[in-house]
Amino acid sequence: MLTPGNEAELAEMVAAQDAPVRIAGGGTRLADTGPVLSTAGLRGIVTYEPGALTLVVQAGTPVAEVEAALAEEGQRLAFEPMDHRGLLGTEGAPTIGGVVAANVSGPRRVQVGACRDFLLGVRFVDGAGQVIRNGGRVMKNVTGYDLVKLMAGSWGTLGVLSEVALKVLPVPEAEATVQVAVPDAKSAVRVLSAALGSPFEVTGAAHDPAAGLALLRVEGFAASVDYRAGRLEALLDQFGTVSRADDSAALWRSLRDVAAFHDRPGDVWRISVKPGNAPDIAARAQAEALLFDWGGGLIWARVPEGTDLRARLGAFSGHATLVRGAPETRARLGMFQPEPAPLARIGAGLRARFDPRGVFNPGLMG
Amino acid sequence: MDMPTPDPRVLARKDRLVRRLQAVLPSDAVIHDEAETRAYECDALTAYRCPPLCVVLPSRTEDVAAILRICHEEGVPVVPRGAGTSLAGGSLPTADSVILGVARMNEVLEVDYDNRFVRVQSGRTNLSVTGAVEEEGFFYAPDPSSQLACAIAGNIAMNSGGAHCLKYGVTTNNLLGVKLVLMDGTVTEIGGAHLDAGGLDLLGVICGSEGQLGVVTEATLRILPKPEGARPVLMGFDSTEVAGQCVSDIIKAGVLPVAIEFMDRLCIRACEEFAGAGYPDCEALLIVEVEGSEAEIDAQLGRILEIARTHDPVELRESGSEEESARIWLGRKSAFGAMGQINDYMCLDGTIPVSELPMVLRRIGELSKDYGLAVGNVFHAGDGNMHPLILFDANKPGDLEKCEAFGADILRLCVDAGGCLTGEHGVGIEKRDLMLHQYGAADLEAQMAVKDVFDPDWLLNPAKVFPLASSYRRRVVRMAAE
Repeated sequence: MLTPGNEAELAEMVAAQDAPVRIAGGGTRLADTGPVLSTAGLRGIVTYEPGALTLVVQAGTPVAEVEAALAEEGQRLAFEPMDHRGLLGTEGAPTIGGVVAANVSGPRRVQVGACRDFLLGVRFVDGAGQVIRNGGRVMKNVTGYDLVKLMAGSWGTLGVLSEVALKVLPVPEAEATVQVAVPDAKSAVRVLSAALGSPFEVTGAAHDPAAGLALLRVEGFAASVDYRAGRLEALLDQFGTVSRADDSAALWRSLRDVAAFHDRPGDVWRISVKPGNAPDIAARAQAEALLFDWGGGLIWARVPEGTDLRARLGAFSGHATLVRGAPETRARLGMFQPEPAPLARIGAGLRARFDPRGVFNPGLMG
Repeated sequence: MDMPTPDPRVLARKDRLVRRLQAVLPSDAVIHDEAETRAYECDALTAYRCPPLCVVLPSRTEDVAAILRICHEEGVPVVPRGAGTSLAGGSLPTADSVILGVARMNEVLEVDYDNRFVRVQSGRTNLSVTGAVEEEGFFYAPDPSSQLACAIAGNIAMNSGGAHCLKYGVTTNNLLGVKLVLMDGTVTEIGGAHLDAGGLDLLGVICGSEGQLGVVTEATLRILPKPEGARPVLMGFDSTEVAGQCVSDIIKAGVLPVAIEFMDRLCIRACEEFAGAGYPDCEALLIVEVEGSEAEIDAQLGRILEIARTHDPVELRESGSEEESARIWLGRKSAFGAMGQINDYMCLDGTIPVSELPMVLRRIGELSKDYGLAVGNVFHAGDGNMHPLILFDANKPGDLEKCEAFGADILRLCVDAGGCLTGEHGVGIEKRDLMLHQYGAADLEAQMAVKDVFDPDWLLNPAKVFPLASSYRRRVVRMAAE
């Protein structure tokens, strides 16, 4: 394993690299064997300005360390990144660079945006071993092309992140979850849509079919949370029995990490769809278990090992990602949904320009 | 501001090009008469003008594809244009370019309240997107000052912001999908009604690429339910430094206002004379707006006022009615017009870390004395996006050049303070030659590599964003290859 201790070393190692490597942060989502380039040695907070809501941090810094520093100032990563360890049965410490590279975003994504929406700037080493900067540490920046977005969710195929700048937000004073009993996914999505279409600023909109509940979170100042939860209850009463969840924070942590699928057999897929299409798409998956987030726009599906879920779904508007599966399955089906030809061509073109020798995670994204 | 010398071979092909375009478009969609093309010689950066070779005004994606295919075959540069409201010269033509205007493509294609999106043709104006959904209590959040006129196409090209992005984000945070035509005429779709497009985040790269990667003909935009209500509070301070500190304290306290606007003395006075909004005569003024139900607004404003009082404000004015709210906003909204009454002005757009506000304002004041040009500051303080307005006299020889040099100094100051050249207007031609102050050669090379992939011949809006010397080889290779 290659473990550079700083950005300059990282650049040197990449420049000298002549065979493919897997890029890893804490290794919590690393499933393949072979040589690994780890950013775990690039660790530490560079700048944190609570009054400007901005944090600059080295890519290999553990998420837990970042969250602890933010918590001291009453702030947090608002995009609520999930912790994959339970779902994937892995160990290690998830890093902030890993979160950014995979654009990991949790339930709050439906209201505040994804990781990429909070990413203000990046430094990375490209495939030629050059250090590249893009963006900065300010919230509004349209200076040149937005390679910040391009790097978020590029899964290490265009470069190795060395430093990221993020917008952070205050931790709200209170939260509450309104739950509505629903018979099926169709009713659930109707409830979630009604809530998300209301002015009550819902920051989580999920459906747990096992519990038969549509779940809606509101956050903010205590009085405001009470008020909005009350208004939501009144609005949603027409759809089914309404109640308040006991421990809202624990509930959303469990939804965020898809705890219902931990220690259960089978492959796990993540499907992004138009919320209104979710019930139909979910039915086509013939899954052993389902979980709906983002108002229905994100479906988690657990299916028997080796299932070609994309074949079951057929053509649809959206995409399906294989999150947990055996190496053989991942090799056969690919982790990511194949793209239309023009986009696949552009993606391949970008990889060829940013990583001309093809050393970064080859084959992962096409 | 230099522009590349027009390619004589392209100029010589004008007749053939026009005939080919006329063959695939309705007759009124091709403008080639020199008197008529003059209407497209500039955008809102009016100091620079150049009539294009010709102008095409398609009304369908298929037409855009046909136009680009022909221009690609003929090796003719294309400058996409929304409503022509760019302050950065984003749609300034060159004499050898075709202006591709999308203004006729202004239809609403789909409105879906259950899934909270609207799909429109890209020539639709920003405000009329909200207009199409407000009856059901929804709105489209990004609100650039030019929202009455500016097109979604231009908003996407420049990744436009507005006064309310502190809470709602800028265009890129509200864009779900696009239909994109590549320079060779290929039509493709990225994203859609689902969150997060699959594969690499090409949507994120298209947004803010200043029309250099492709032409967006349709956009899927996130719409939001309108808040129950909104109310501003006005605060006056005796020093800009204290006002800046107050902004920082509000943000730190965990209140997230929807807007925090800042004006300095020169702007306050200009607005007062122009609009008579009843602003106090002081060094710095803040307008802070929050949203929610009446009770929620009371609670949030309560906290904000509590913070403000610890900074010895000379005035705190809470709005008690819609009328009073409108009066508080009146001066701010007329700021640009008010400054225009005093003299010609150049509007800058640098962003700085909020904590550097006092230092940057002080330094701008010093530069103002050095250059002998007055400058007013009005900007979105919550996110550090500054809009210094430099006053000059366009009729006075040398004043424009002096103003540009002053502006460049301010933008360099923003970068040196840890910020950037442009927060929401875009680079265009205006800030093109300052790019190397913010980025190194390798950083720009990486950005240009993206254009190489989307537009290998560098035909789309080629003379923008990158310093001409940096992009020279790419632009000239294209011409030499013919």
